[in-house]
Amino acid sequence: MFPLGIEPYLIGGILTGLGASLIYIMTGLHATQSSFFTTTLSWFSKLAHFQEERNIKERDWRLILALGLISGALIYTFTFSPTGLWVTGVDLWRLALGGLLVGFGTRLSNGCTSGHGISGLASLSTTSLYAVLTFMGFGIITAHLLQFLGVV
Amino acid sequence: MNARNIAVYIGGVLFGFGLAYSGMTKQEIVLSFLRLQDLGLIFVMGGAAVITFFAINVVPRFMKAPMFGGVFKPRVSVLTRNTILGAVIFGVGWGVSGQCPGSAVASLGTGNWPVIIGLMGMFLGAYMRGRFIKG
Repeated sequence: MFPLGIEPYLIGGILTGLGASLIYIMTGLHATQSSFFTTTLSWFSKLAHFQEERNIKERDWRLILALGLISGALIYTFTFSPTGLWVTGVDLWRLALGGLLVGFGTRLSNGCTSGHGISGLASLSTTSLYAVLTFMGFGIITAHLLQFLGVV
Repeated sequence: MNARNIAVYIGGVLFGFGLAYSGMTKQEIVLSFLRLQDLGLIFVMGGAAVITFFAINVVPRFMKAPMFGGVFKPRVSVLTRNTILGAVIFGVGWGVSGQCPGSAVASLGTGNWPVIIGLMGMFLGAYMRGRFIKG
């Protein structure tokens, strides 16, 4: 069940939660991630969906949040990481197709692993609980199906 | 940079460091969770949610408002058909690629360049949602 142990997961999760908590306590903002795509697109698309006032208002800090995430992972890579720089071996077609579905699905659902999974559950939102159970269930089914079909 | 944005950046650094520390920036580890070979991801999401639970539900009892402006407001939303339909589509994409938005963005900081392809897909998917779905 835990071939790599529990500590890296638990410590990493606590640090991630502390980051989200710091942002909430200082600013009242929820450090959720999938909205970043929508707010960033407001710089490029004139569609009303992207030009909504809250997207324009949020796009600066959401970009700053994304840069923070990249910086934090970069710091880890050059300090605590046992492997240093790391590149995935997952096929590019899977990253591309999966990414497309992730972008469409999270924006349709109004949340992702951080929006529903961290901030939503932490807010005791039943909507988020249903969303988490749904994406976990379909993620598990899909991964097993691909494995069954020999895509590794 | 105002105080609010500096706080967002520093919180983001912690958030991204935590995601990398927990291995979530490695798509293989996320996929091993979804294949039920390594259940560690539960502790990442659970650990983060429990800590954030205190920030959202307990801290506001001792503080009137966030330090740098804004208001304390839990993240609650109305359950709609799209909440579930979107979560189904997200789940399939998660199972295909092992990527989710936050871990994919953070993953760039580990030098994981192929995920740029995944992020381009996410931007395109988010665009298609705005272009083709009302509301």
